Amino acid sequence: MDAEFSQTEGTCGRVKVLFFARAREIAGVSETSLGIDGAESSKTIKDCIDLLTKQFPGLEEIMSCIVVALNQEYADQSSLVKSGDELALIPPISGG
Amino acid sequence: MADEKTPVQDLVEISSEPLSLGKYVDAVRDARAGAIATFSGTTRNSFQGRVVMQLEYEAYETMAIRQMHIICAEARKRWPIIALACAHRVGIVPIGHESVIVAASSVHRADALLACHFIIDEIKASVPIWKKEIYADGEVWKENAEFFINNSTSRRSGSALHANKELDKRADTEKNDLSHET
Repeated sequence: MDAEFSQTEGTCGRVKVLFFARAREIAGVSETSLGIDGAESSKTIKDCIDLLTKQFPGLEEIMSCIVVALNQEYADQSSLVKSGDELALIPPISGG
Repeated sequence: MADEKTPVQDLVEISSEPLSLGKYVDAVRDARAGAIATFSGTTRNSFQGRVVMQLEYEAYETMAIRQMHIICAEARKRWPIIALACAHRVGIVPIGHESVIVAASSVHRADALLACHFIIDEIKASVPIWKKEIYADGEVWKENAEFFINNSTSRRSGSALHANKELDKRADTEKNDLSHET
């Protein structure tokens, strides 16, 4: 609710967010960027996801089956993010 | 980013061009090898009775490449492998064409066969690639049953591969299965 971190401006403290497959179709974009210069210092992946679902409410319905990757590595939602990180929403995969 | 074990000789590719099995066989061909095992995954024209008109693959390319290297490194830890190659196609793939290819060479056949089997299973479990099936009356993003999120024991973490215990178990089972056959 009080995710105060800015979504559109600020020159520092940004996380790049990538959407794939169904998440991309729902978001309507393949990537966005989140500012993480909030009042309190450390932000987690969970904080980012809360913000993303506010920005893209349609994502809510698929969030329960999404995993995340931080800098191309699967990560827990409790992991901290820092400026310059790349966060990806990974819906159930279907390669092969 | 370079994982502790990313052998340079592993050929890993994501390509929007048709995949040629010969290319990957040649990539693992080696005078020391007595065996080259390959797996080709091809696109099917139907799913549960519905006619598939078209298939489309999408990849998180940088991570997919990275993850495939990790899987190859893991296979090398488990079996004495000479060379490995794996490739996945993205974009529209016509029915009946290769969407994925794995090739492995080893001195003796069992190791190449096991590694090949392991690698395709792991690709399906953890490499961020998605397939959309397009039918006459709709489309569906498919979901692999092998996706590690579907396995509660490995859900907890997204470490390098996923649950290593799970992998060990599977590798052991496969080893036993294969040694009985040969």
